[in-house]
Amino acid sequence: MPRTLFDKLWDSHRIASDESGEDLLYVDRVCLHERTGGIALESLEARGLPVRQPGQAFCTMDHVVDTRPGRGDRTSIPGGEAFIARTRRGARAFGIRTFDIGDAEQGISHVVSAEQGIALPGLSLVCPDSHTCTLGALGALALGVGTTEAEHALATSTLWLARPASRAVVVDGVLDSGASAKDLALHLIAEHGADGAEGAAVEFRGSAVRALDVESRMTLCNMAVEFAAATALIAPDAKVFDYVMGRAHAPPELPLDDWRRLRSDDGARFERTIRIDAAAVDARVTWGTSPAQGAGVTGRVPAPRDGDAQRALDYAGLSPGDLLSEVPVDAAFIGSCTNARLSDLRRAAAVLRNRRVAPGVAAICVPASTPVKRAAEAEGLDRIFRDAGFEWRESGCSLCFYAGGEGFAPGQRVISTTNRNFEGRQGPGVRSHLASPAVVAASAIRGRISTPGML
Amino acid sequence: MEPFTRHTGVAAPLLKANIDTDAIIPSREMRRVSRHGLAEGLFANWRYADAGARRPDPTFLLNQSAYAGASILLGGANFGCGSSREHAVWALAEFGMRVVVAPSFGAIFQKNCIANGLLPAVVAEGEVNALARWVESDPARHRLTVDLVETTIHAGTGKTPFAIAEAHRFRLIEGLDPIRYTLERADEIAEFERERFAAHPWVRLPEGA
Repeated sequence: MPRTLFDKLWDSHRIASDESGEDLLYVDRVCLHERTGGIALESLEARGLPVRQPGQAFCTMDHVVDTRPGRGDRTSIPGGEAFIARTRRGARAFGIRTFDIGDAEQGISHVVSAEQGIALPGLSLVCPDSHTCTLGALGALALGVGTTEAEHALATSTLWLARPASRAVVVDGVLDSGASAKDLALHLIAEHGADGAEGAAVEFRGSAVRALDVESRMTLCNMAVEFAAATALIAPDAKVFDYVMGRAHAPPELPLDDWRRLRSDDGARFERTIRIDAAAVDARVTWGTSPAQGAGVTGRVPAPRDGDAQRALDYAGLSPGDLLSEVPVDAAFIGSCTNARLSDLRRAAAVLRNRRVAPGVAAICVPASTPVKRAAEAEGLDRIFRDAGFEWRESGCSLCFYAGGEGFAPGQRVISTTNRNFEGRQGPGVRSHLASPAVVAASAIRGRISTPGML
Repeated sequence: MEPFTRHTGVAAPLLKANIDTDAIIPSREMRRVSRHGLAEGLFANWRYADAGARRPDPTFLLNQSAYAGASILLGGANFGCGSSREHAVWALAEFGMRVVVAPSFGAIFQKNCIANGLLPAVVAEGEVNALARWVESDPARHRLTVDLVETTIHAGTGKTPFAIAEAHRFRLIEGLDPIRYTLERADEIAEFERERFAAHPWVRLPEGA
């Protein structure tokens, strides 16, 4: 019987099933961060339980760490230092490799997992973070969980889960040069809703997906949780095998015969298939408080379809019919596990080169990992960002969410390469507009929401 | 974990769709490395006119005397979407919530509910709206009774069935400790692992960091 990629990954990790319909899955890797992982470690300690496979577990400091130059453990986030110190202590007590502040490989968990070869095709990986689905881009079974489930995975190397259905999103045709994986994700979510995947595992397929570079595939899979997907997947191909080769925790000889079988069989049945014509995807921006509330940058704010949309418009300070490209921005943020890898910074830098940020716009770039920052500096991207008037920071999750420390002022409008424009996500009363790195860079220059073509 | 069989309480309708975990508890309210001390931060952006001074916003439902002591939340579709932060469930539970009724839930939030004895009851949107209308007509007296054994919500003489995965229902009723439950299968896990490492030696990383 032909199987989907998701079902193959699931079957290869299934230890047992119980009569109530859940499967016990083997977990190959557990990744933690200081915001949600420290509690799991302390809770295990308090119960006197060991971490079953500490060599298969990793920890990063990313969520509450300061990203200003010259940082240490100090952070302006209330209680933040305790999250760092106690997670570090717990990880050390259990012998878990930690990508700590000052570590040359530190960065945002999902970015580190890919860079260090912790996530690989065919592996299962859990992390108490919803954007873990990013790593499905490598052909890994990557599952975001809560703290208690992460604790369970640490203690047992397993997870109980009901098998979600497999759905396909097939993107055929060719993406316009002005559109990116982020635009594709925002297009998909706008067309089918923030709950569009209804808890299914989504496999991205089609010629336009195969044409994406590996980092862009991670952007696409990252946004799948904003589509209510259990996780996302893309069948690994030669691009992925090249990407993985030589990474610190990847095997010296890649098991390519196994990995080439990580694809949905011909004739495999998907519960539902969504088809997207890549040519229909343009440069996008959100106007509301859900990633589904978006439009083309050249478009207008639509008339609200319901009370929730009206409430979103009130929060956003916009009216139906407003031209999005006339909406002024107070700040521009390039960062996060969605869109701050090297290729993202290159795309932004291509827009920023020989230009200056508009007067009054606060512009900040936070590379997704310390290796990304280093690589960007080696090719002079930091100079381009700085010369344009961007702050150039240390790596971390930073201004993707407001944790009580550094943030934007109420009422400020931020154009952001991040993943969530929820009410209050970037601070009380802060208005977030999600877009690609190119659109964020162009908007910073023009001082209004813009595509590079409008400059 | 406290087993759940049946609960009667005041229900508060918060019917907006896509209520995310940032709204349930903003990151800035997660101040301690702990599962406790989070109830004050519940819905902080909506609940307080001035969150810093903890000055309540009287227009927010849970601040109104009619809904005092509410222990059942009626929500919109995709309730608990967004961040995996279990703090959202810890905050709801500490505040006193025992049940959330919604047309659908964010998948991670739903599992976090089960891990903490909070019942996520799935009810079609039209029926959630009908329950909300009945509750709103006299919130203090029109209490709901949620029966997990029968998977039914009683609203006066009316009965509304709800959906929950059988595995989740079992865990809530039994109040199981999931780690202990799983470790009963330690041999089976070790055997699977031996076979996996033998067939795919590259999966195993060297011990310790």
